[in-house]
Amino acid sequence: MNEKEIIASRIALELNDGDLVNLGIGIPTLVADYVPTDKFVTFQAENGIIGLGSLTEDETNIVNAGGMKATILTGGAFIDSITSFTFIRGGHIDITVLGALEVDQEGSIASWIIPGKKVPGMGGAMDLVTGAKKVIIALTHTNKGQSKVLKKCRLPLTAAHQANMIVTEMAVMRVEKDGLHLLEVHPDYTIEDVIKATEADLIINNVERMKGV
Amino acid sequence: MRGYINKNQFIDLLKDGMVISVGGFLTNGTPEKLIDYVVESNVKDLTIICNDGGYEDKGVGKLIVNNQVKKLIASHIGTNPYVGKLMQENHIEVELVPQGTLAERIRSFGAGLGGVLTPTGLDTIVEEGKRVIEVQGNKYLLEEPLSSDLALIGGAINDKYGNLRYSQTMRNFNPVMATAAEIVVVEPLETVDVIDPENVITPYPFVDYILVGEDNE
Repeated sequence: MNEKEIIASRIALELNDGDLVNLGIGIPTLVADYVPTDKFVTFQAENGIIGLGSLTEDETNIVNAGGMKATILTGGAFIDSITSFTFIRGGHIDITVLGALEVDQEGSIASWIIPGKKVPGMGGAMDLVTGAKKVIIALTHTNKGQSKVLKKCRLPLTAAHQANMIVTEMAVMRVEKDGLHLLEVHPDYTIEDVIKATEADLIINNVERMKGV
Repeated sequence: MRGYINKNQFIDLLKDGMVISVGGFLTNGTPEKLIDYVVESNVKDLTIICNDGGYEDKGVGKLIVNNQVKKLIASHIGTNPYVGKLMQENHIEVELVPQGTLAERIRSFGAGLGGVLTPTGLDTIVEEGKRVIEVQGNKYLLEEPLSSDLALIGGAINDKYGNLRYSQTMRNFNPVMATAAEIVVVEPLETVDVIDPENVITPYPFVDYILVGEDNE
Protein backbone atom coordinates (compact mmCIF):
# COMPACT_ATOMS: atom_id res chain seq x y z
CA MET A 1 0.00 0.00 0.00
CA ASN A 2 1.19 3.51 -0.72
CA GLU A 3 0.85 6.38 1.79
CA LYS A 4 -2.58 7.40 0.60
CA GLU A 5 -3.90 3.83 0.65
CA ILE A 6 -2.60 3.30 4.19
CA ILE A 7 -4.39 6.44 5.38
CA ALA A 8 -7.63 5.61 3.57
CA SER A 9 -7.77 1.98 4.68
CA ARG A 10 -7.16 2.91 8.32
CA ILE A 11 -9.84 5.59 8.30
CA ALA A 12 -12.35 3.14 6.80
CA LEU A 13 -12.20 1.20 10.09
CA GLU A 14 -13.65 4.25 11.88
CA LEU A 15 -16.89 4.10 9.90
CA ASN A 16 -19.75 2.40 11.71
CA ASP A 17 -22.70 0.49 10.38
CA GLY A 18 -25.47 2.99 9.62
CA ASP A 19 -23.25 6.08 9.52
CA LEU A 20 -23.89 9.02 7.20
CA VAL A 21 -20.47 10.12 5.95
CA ASN A 22 -19.11 12.97 3.86
CA LEU A 23 -15.71 12.44 2.24
CA GLY A 24 -13.61 15.34 1.00
CA ILE A 25 -11.57 15.49 -2.20
CA GLY A 26 -8.23 13.65 -2.45
CA ILE A 27 -7.19 10.97 0.06
CA PRO A 28 -10.62 11.04 1.79
CA THR A 29 -12.34 9.96 -1.44
CA LEU A 30 -10.32 6.71 -1.34
CA VAL A 31 -11.86 5.76 2.02
CA ALA A 32 -14.99 4.55 0.20
CA ASP A 33 -12.92 1.77 -1.44
CA TYR A 34 -12.07 0.24 1.95
CA VAL A 35 -15.42 0.13 3.74
CA PRO A 36 -15.92 -3.44 5.02
CA THR A 37 -18.70 -5.20 3.12
CA ASP A 38 -20.54 -6.07 6.34
CA LYS A 39 -21.08 -2.39 7.14
CA PHE A 40 -23.80 -0.29 5.55
CA VAL A 41 -22.45 3.23 5.23
CA THR A 42 -24.22 6.03 3.36
CA PHE A 43 -22.15 8.68 1.64
CA GLN A 44 -23.38 12.22 1.27
CA ALA A 45 -21.96 14.61 -1.32
CA GLU A 46 -22.49 18.28 -0.54
CA ASN A 47 -23.52 19.17 -4.08
CA GLY A 48 -26.70 17.23 -3.39
CA ILE A 49 -26.63 13.45 -3.04
CA ILE A 50 -27.60 11.10 -0.26
CA GLY A 51 -26.34 7.67 -1.29
CA LEU A 52 -23.43 8.56 -3.55
CA GLY A 53 -22.23 5.60 -5.61
CA SER A 54 -19.07 5.10 -7.64
CA LEU A 55 -17.66 7.15 -10.53
CA THR A 56 -18.93 6.43 -14.01
CA GLU A 57 -18.10 7.08 -17.65
CA ASP A 58 -21.76 6.86 -18.66
CA GLU A 59 -23.82 9.83 -19.79
CA THR A 60 -25.42 11.34 -16.68
CA ASN A 61 -26.33 14.61 -15.01
CA ILE A 62 -25.05 13.26 -11.70
CA VAL A 63 -21.73 14.59 -10.42
CA ASN A 64 -19.96 14.24 -7.08
CA ALA A 65 -18.67 17.18 -5.03
CA GLY A 66 -15.53 17.21 -7.16
CA GLY A 67 -17.60 17.67 -10.31
CA MET A 68 -16.86 14.13 -11.56
CA LYS A 69 -19.58 11.97 -13.14
CA ALA A 70 -20.94 9.59 -10.55
CA THR A 71 -23.84 7.30 -9.70
CA ILE A 72 -26.49 7.24 -7.00
CA LEU A 73 -27.37 4.08 -5.09
CA THR A 74 -30.86 2.60 -4.96
CA GLY A 75 -32.76 4.26 -2.13
CA GLY A 76 -30.72 7.46 -2.45
CA ALA A 77 -31.96 11.01 -2.88
CA PHE A 78 -31.11 14.17 -4.78
CA ILE A 79 -31.27 17.23 -2.57
CA ASP A 80 -30.71 20.94 -3.05
CA SER A 81 -27.89 22.92 -1.42
CA ILE A 82 -30.12 24.07 1.45
CA THR A 83 -31.06 20.51 2.42
CA SER A 84 -27.50 19.37 1.86
CA PHE A 85 -26.14 21.94 4.30
CA THR A 86 -28.99 21.25 6.70
CA PHE A 87 -27.52 17.76 6.90
CA ILE A 88 -24.00 19.15 7.25
CA ARG A 89 -24.58 22.10 9.58
CA GLY A 90 -27.38 20.57 11.60
CA GLY A 91 -25.27 17.75 13.00
CA HIS A 92 -26.79 15.02 10.83
CA ILE A 93 -23.46 13.87 9.37
CA ASP A 94 -21.85 11.25 11.62
CA ILE A 95 -18.34 11.49 10.20
CA THR A 96 -16.55 13.77 7.80
CA VAL A 97 -13.12 12.93 6.47
CA LEU A 98 -11.19 15.86 5.07
CA GLY A 99 -7.69 16.59 3.89
CA ALA A 100 -5.69 19.50 5.29
CA LEU A 101 -2.52 21.49 4.77
CA GLU A 102 -1.94 21.68 8.53
CA VAL A 103 -3.60 20.39 11.67
CA ASP A 104 -2.58 21.10 15.25
CA GLN A 105 -2.62 19.53 18.71
CA GLU A 106 -5.66 21.64 19.65
CA GLY A 107 -7.66 20.21 16.75
CA SER A 108 -7.51 23.34 14.63
CA ILE A 109 -7.41 22.80 10.88
CA ALA A 110 -5.98 24.80 7.95
CA SER A 111 -6.99 23.64 4.50
CA TRP A 112 -8.23 26.39 2.20
CA ILE A 113 -5.70 29.13 1.63
CA ILE A 114 -1.96 29.75 1.35
CA PRO A 115 -1.92 33.55 1.39
CA GLY A 116 -0.19 35.06 -1.61
CA LYS A 117 0.21 31.66 -3.25
CA LYS A 118 -2.94 29.67 -3.56
CA VAL A 119 -6.50 30.63 -2.73
CA PRO A 120 -8.84 27.83 -3.81
CA GLY A 121 -11.50 28.77 -1.28
CA MET A 122 -13.15 26.79 1.50
CA GLY A 123 -16.01 25.26 -0.46
CA GLY A 124 -18.01 23.26 2.07
CA ALA A 125 -15.05 22.44 4.34
CA MET A 126 -15.76 25.08 7.01
CA ASP A 127 -19.36 23.92 7.28
CA LEU A 128 -18.36 20.24 7.40
CA VAL A 129 -15.76 20.52 10.15
CA THR A 130 -18.04 22.74 12.20
CA GLY A 131 -21.20 20.69 11.79
CA ALA A 132 -20.22 17.02 11.57
CA LYS A 133 -20.33 14.91 14.74
CA LYS A 134 -16.83 13.51 14.17
CA VAL A 135 -14.06 15.10 12.11
CA ILE A 136 -11.21 12.93 10.84
CA ILE A 137 -8.29 14.68 9.18
CA ALA A 138 -6.47 12.64 6.53
CA LEU A 139 -3.06 13.91 5.51
CA THR A 140 0.51 12.87 4.89
CA HIS A 141 2.59 13.36 8.02
CA THR A 142 5.13 15.71 6.46
CA ASN A 143 5.59 17.93 3.43
CA LYS A 144 9.19 18.09 2.15
CA GLY A 145 10.38 17.00 5.59
CA GLN A 146 8.30 19.59 7.43
CA SER A 147 5.70 18.33 9.88
CA LYS A 148 2.06 19.01 9.03
CA VAL A 149 0.99 18.05 12.57
CA LEU A 150 1.79 21.23 14.46
CA LYS A 151 1.62 22.80 17.90
CA LYS A 152 -0.42 25.58 16.35
CA CYS A 153 -1.51 26.04 12.73
CA ARG A 154 0.34 28.82 10.93
CA LEU A 155 -1.94 29.09 7.90
CA PRO A 156 -5.39 30.74 8.17
CA LEU A 157 -7.82 28.35 9.83
CA THR A 158 -10.71 26.41 8.37
CA ALA A 159 -11.97 26.03 11.95
CA ALA A 160 -10.59 26.06 15.48
CA HIS A 161 -10.76 23.00 17.77
CA GLN A 162 -12.86 20.81 15.47
CA ALA A 163 -10.62 17.85 14.51
CA ASN A 164 -11.24 14.72 16.57
CA MET A 165 -8.82 12.34 14.90
CA ILE A 166 -5.76 12.66 12.69
CA VAL A 167 -4.61 9.81 10.46
CA THR A 168 -1.33 9.88 8.54
CA GLU A 169 0.75 7.17 6.86
CA MET A 170 2.80 7.01 10.09
CA ALA A 171 0.29 7.28 12.89
CA VAL A 172 -3.21 7.61 14.29
CA MET A 173 -3.71 10.46 16.76
CA ARG A 174 -6.71 11.63 18.77
CA VAL A 175 -7.35 15.16 19.97
CA GLU A 176 -8.44 15.25 23.60
CA LYS A 177 -8.92 18.07 26.08
CA ASP A 178 -5.47 17.42 27.56
CA GLY A 179 -3.73 17.33 24.18
CA LEU A 180 -2.88 15.11 21.23
CA HIS A 181 -2.68 11.40 22.00
CA LEU A 182 -0.61 9.04 19.88
CA LEU A 183 -2.73 5.90 19.54
CA GLU A 184 -1.24 3.81 16.76
CA VAL A 185 1.96 3.68 14.75
CA HIS A 186 2.42 2.04 11.34
CA PRO A 187 4.74 -1.03 11.57
CA ASP A 188 7.25 0.60 9.17
CA TYR A 189 7.98 3.26 11.81
CA THR A 190 8.93 3.47 15.46
CA ILE A 191 7.41 5.76 18.06
CA GLU A 192 10.69 7.71 17.92
CA ASP A 193 10.26 8.18 14.15
CA VAL A 194 6.80 9.60 14.72
CA ILE A 195 7.96 11.96 17.47
CA LYS A 196 10.78 13.21 15.20
CA ALA A 197 8.38 13.85 12.31
CA THR A 198 5.82 15.62 14.50
CA GLU A 199 6.04 19.23 15.65
CA ALA A 200 3.06 18.81 17.97
CA ASP A 201 3.55 17.55 21.52
CA LEU A 202 2.35 13.96 21.63
CA ILE A 203 0.89 12.32 24.71
CA ILE A 204 2.12 8.75 24.69
CA ASN A 205 0.59 6.00 26.82
CA ASN A 206 -0.48 2.80 25.17
CA VAL A 207 0.59 2.87 21.55
CA GLU A 208 -0.64 0.06 19.31
CA ARG A 209 0.31 -1.19 15.87
CA MET A 210 -1.74 0.61 13.22
CA LYS A 211 -4.94 -1.34 12.59
CA GLY A 212 -6.00 -2.46 9.14
CA VAL A 213 -2.54 -2.48 7.54
CA MET B 1 -44.61 33.30 -14.49
CA ARG B 2 -44.56 36.29 -16.83
CA GLY B 3 -43.85 34.25 -19.95
CA TYR B 4 -41.40 32.88 -22.44
CA ILE B 5 -38.42 34.85 -23.57
CA ASN B 6 -36.03 34.53 -26.50
CA LYS B 7 -32.36 35.40 -26.71
CA ASN B 8 -32.84 39.06 -27.68
CA GLN B 9 -35.50 39.67 -25.05
CA PHE B 10 -33.17 38.16 -22.47
CA ILE B 11 -30.27 40.37 -23.55
CA ASP B 12 -32.60 43.39 -23.19
CA LEU B 13 -32.90 42.59 -19.47
CA LEU B 14 -29.14 42.92 -18.93
CA LYS B 15 -27.49 46.08 -17.60
CA ASP B 16 -23.99 47.13 -16.58
CA GLY B 17 -23.36 46.75 -12.84
CA MET B 18 -26.05 44.12 -12.31
CA VAL B 19 -25.90 41.54 -9.52
CA ILE B 20 -26.50 38.15 -11.15
CA SER B 21 -26.80 34.87 -9.28
CA VAL B 22 -26.09 31.74 -11.30
CA GLY B 23 -27.17 28.24 -10.33
CA GLY B 24 -24.95 25.19 -10.67
CA PHE B 25 -22.13 23.38 -8.87
CA LEU B 26 -18.87 23.20 -10.81
CA THR B 27 -21.14 23.99 -13.80
CA ASN B 28 -23.42 20.97 -13.19
CA GLY B 29 -26.83 22.64 -13.46
CA THR B 30 -25.48 25.94 -14.78
CA PRO B 31 -27.48 27.50 -17.67
CA GLU B 32 -24.69 27.70 -20.26
CA LYS B 33 -26.75 29.33 -23.03
CA LEU B 34 -27.86 32.19 -20.79
CA ILE B 35 -24.23 32.75 -19.82
CA ASP B 36 -23.21 32.76 -23.49
CA TYR B 37 -25.83 35.47 -24.08
CA VAL B 38 -24.46 37.54 -21.18
CA VAL B 39 -21.01 37.18 -22.76
CA GLU B 40 -22.43 38.28 -26.13
CA SER B 41 -24.15 41.32 -24.54
CA ASN B 42 -20.78 42.36 -23.12
CA VAL B 43 -22.39 44.11 -20.11
CA LYS B 44 -19.72 45.13 -17.61
CA ASP B 45 -19.02 45.51 -13.89
CA LEU B 46 -21.16 42.55 -12.92
CA THR B 47 -21.34 41.09 -9.45
CA ILE B 48 -21.71 37.33 -9.82
CA ILE B 49 -23.01 35.07 -7.06
CA CYS B 50 -22.26 31.40 -7.77
CA ASN B 51 -21.09 28.40 -5.78
CA ASP B 52 -17.74 28.48 -7.58
CA GLY B 53 -15.78 30.24 -10.33
CA GLY B 54 -16.57 27.52 -12.88
CA TYR B 55 -13.92 26.70 -15.45
CA GLU B 56 -12.21 29.07 -17.87
CA ASP B 57 -14.39 27.79 -20.73
CA LYS B 58 -17.50 26.79 -18.79
CA GLY B 59 -20.07 28.30 -16.45
CA VAL B 60 -19.52 31.74 -14.91
CA GLY B 61 -15.84 31.29 -15.78
CA LYS B 62 -16.71 32.49 -19.29
CA LEU B 63 -17.90 35.86 -17.89
CA ILE B 64 -14.76 36.17 -15.78
CA VAL B 65 -12.45 35.39 -18.71
CA ASN B 66 -14.36 38.01 -20.74
CA ASN B 67 -13.54 40.55 -17.98
CA GLN B 68 -17.20 41.32 -17.29
CA VAL B 69 -17.06 40.58 -13.58
CA LYS B 70 -16.15 43.23 -11.00
CA LYS B 71 -16.92 41.06 -8.00
CA LEU B 72 -17.38 37.32 -7.50
CA ILE B 73 -19.13 35.94 -4.43
CA ALA B 74 -18.40 32.18 -4.28
CA SER B 75 -17.26 29.36 -2.01
CA HIS B 76 -14.54 27.97 -4.27
CA ILE B 77 -12.44 29.31 -7.14
CA GLY B 78 -9.80 26.58 -7.46
CA THR B 79 -11.08 25.21 -10.77
CA ASN B 80 -10.64 28.50 -12.61
CA PRO B 81 -7.00 29.71 -12.49
CA TYR B 82 -7.99 32.90 -14.31
CA VAL B 83 -9.85 34.10 -11.20
CA GLY B 84 -6.65 33.74 -9.15
CA LYS B 85 -4.71 35.65 -11.81
CA LEU B 86 -7.23 38.53 -11.84
CA MET B 87 -7.20 38.57 -8.02
CA GLN B 88 -3.40 38.92 -7.93
CA GLU B 89 -3.66 41.82 -10.37
CA ASN B 90 -6.51 43.40 -8.36
CA HIS B 91 -8.79 43.23 -11.38
CA ILE B 92 -11.50 41.32 -9.56
CA GLU B 93 -12.82 41.37 -6.02
CA VAL B 94 -13.55 37.90 -4.65
CA GLU B 95 -15.64 37.34 -1.55
CA LEU B 96 -15.15 33.74 -0.45
CA VAL B 97 -18.10 32.45 1.55
CA PRO B 98 -18.44 29.00 3.14
CA GLN B 99 -20.77 27.00 0.92
CA GLY B 100 -23.48 26.43 3.51
CA THR B 101 -23.34 30.07 4.55
CA LEU B 102 -23.66 31.12 0.91
CA ALA B 103 -26.78 28.99 0.49
CA GLU B 104 -28.31 30.22 3.75
CA ARG B 105 -27.56 33.89 3.03
CA ILE B 106 -29.47 33.55 -0.23
CA ARG B 107 -32.24 31.63 1.48
CA SER B 108 -32.57 34.26 4.20
CA PHE B 109 -33.22 36.99 1.64
CA GLY B 110 -35.71 34.81 -0.22
CA ALA B 111 -37.48 34.00 3.05
CA GLY B 112 -37.54 37.61 4.25
CA LEU B 113 -35.15 37.02 7.14
CA GLY B 114 -32.53 39.43 8.46
CA GLY B 115 -29.70 36.98 7.93
CA VAL B 116 -28.55 33.81 9.60
CA LEU B 117 -26.57 32.95 12.72
CA THR B 118 -23.98 30.24 12.18
CA PRO B 119 -20.88 28.93 13.95
CA THR B 120 -19.26 28.26 10.55
CA GLY B 121 -16.32 30.63 10.15
CA LEU B 122 -15.89 31.51 13.84
CA ASP B 123 -12.21 32.10 14.73
CA THR B 124 -11.26 32.31 11.04
CA ILE B 125 -10.76 35.06 8.44
CA VAL B 126 -14.47 34.73 7.65
CA GLU B 127 -15.27 36.27 11.04
CA GLU B 128 -13.50 39.56 10.22
CA GLY B 129 -15.85 42.56 10.23
CA LYS B 130 -18.85 40.50 11.35
CA ARG B 131 -20.90 40.61 14.52
CA VAL B 132 -20.59 37.67 16.89
CA ILE B 133 -23.86 37.03 18.71
CA GLU B 134 -24.39 34.70 21.63
CA VAL B 135 -27.57 32.63 21.72
CA GLN B 136 -28.30 29.98 24.38
CA GLY B 137 -24.68 30.13 25.45
CA ASN B 138 -23.25 29.47 21.98
CA LYS B 139 -21.42 31.92 19.74
CA TYR B 140 -22.57 32.56 16.18
CA LEU B 141 -21.57 34.81 13.29
CA LEU B 142 -24.25 37.06 11.88
CA GLU B 143 -24.27 36.48 8.13
CA GLU B 144 -26.36 38.94 6.16
CA PRO B 145 -28.95 38.22 3.45
CA LEU B 146 -27.80 38.04 -0.15
CA SER B 147 -29.98 38.92 -3.14
CA SER B 148 -29.56 39.53 -6.83
CA ASP B 149 -31.13 41.56 -9.62
CA LEU B 150 -31.26 38.54 -11.85
CA ALA B 151 -31.08 34.79 -11.20
CA LEU B 152 -30.08 32.44 -14.00
CA ILE B 153 -31.49 28.99 -13.36
CA GLY B 154 -30.42 25.77 -15.10
CA GLY B 155 -30.80 22.02 -14.87
CA ALA B 156 -34.57 22.34 -14.88
CA ILE B 157 -37.51 20.61 -16.48
CA ASN B 158 -40.40 23.08 -16.76
CA ASP B 159 -44.10 22.65 -17.42
CA LYS B 160 -46.41 25.04 -19.27
CA TYR B 161 -47.28 26.81 -16.00
CA GLY B 162 -43.64 27.54 -15.23
CA ASN B 163 -43.25 24.96 -12.46
CA LEU B 164 -39.83 23.38 -12.27
CA ARG B 165 -38.25 20.17 -11.20
CA TYR B 166 -34.56 19.48 -11.65
CA SER B 167 -32.47 16.79 -13.26
CA GLN B 168 -30.41 14.71 -10.80
CA THR B 169 -27.66 16.71 -9.05
CA MET B 170 -28.33 19.78 -11.20
CA ARG B 171 -30.68 20.97 -8.47
CA ASN B 172 -27.98 22.31 -6.07
CA PHE B 173 -28.23 26.12 -5.73
CA ASN B 174 -30.93 26.57 -8.38
CA PRO B 175 -34.07 26.35 -6.19
CA VAL B 176 -32.77 28.75 -3.53
CA MET B 177 -31.49 31.27 -6.07
CA ALA B 178 -34.94 31.31 -7.67
CA THR B 179 -36.32 32.69 -4.38
CA ALA B 180 -33.95 35.63 -3.96
CA ALA B 181 -33.81 37.62 -7.21
CA GLU B 182 -35.75 40.50 -8.73
CA ILE B 183 -36.02 38.61 -12.03
CA VAL B 184 -35.71 34.83 -12.41
CA VAL B 185 -34.89 33.39 -15.83
CA VAL B 186 -34.81 29.65 -16.50
CA GLU B 187 -32.97 27.84 -19.25
CA PRO B 188 -34.76 24.48 -19.28
CA LEU B 189 -33.26 21.16 -20.28
CA GLU B 190 -36.66 19.91 -21.27
CA THR B 191 -40.30 21.05 -21.30
CA VAL B 192 -43.24 18.87 -20.33
CA ASP B 193 -46.98 19.52 -20.26
CA VAL B 194 -47.60 19.35 -16.51
CA ILE B 195 -45.38 18.36 -13.58
CA ASP B 196 -47.15 16.31 -10.92
CA PRO B 197 -47.74 18.77 -8.03
CA GLU B 198 -46.02 16.32 -5.68
CA ASN B 199 -42.83 16.61 -7.73
CA VAL B 200 -42.65 20.39 -8.21
CA ILE B 201 -39.47 21.76 -6.60
CA THR B 202 -39.74 25.40 -7.69
CA PRO B 203 -43.40 26.47 -7.96
CA TYR B 204 -44.21 28.84 -10.83
CA PRO B 205 -44.70 32.04 -8.76
CA PHE B 206 -40.91 32.07 -8.25
CA VAL B 207 -40.29 31.99 -12.01
CA ASP B 208 -40.43 35.05 -14.26
CA TYR B 209 -39.20 33.93 -17.65
CA ILE B 210 -38.36 30.68 -19.41
CA LEU B 211 -35.95 30.75 -22.31
CA VAL B 212 -37.33 29.28 -25.51
CA GLY B 213 -34.97 27.41 -27.81
CA GLU B 214 -33.77 29.19 -30.92
CA ASP B 215 -35.96 26.88 -33.02
CA ASN B 216 -39.08 28.12 -31.20
CA GLU B 217 -38.42 31.84 -31.53
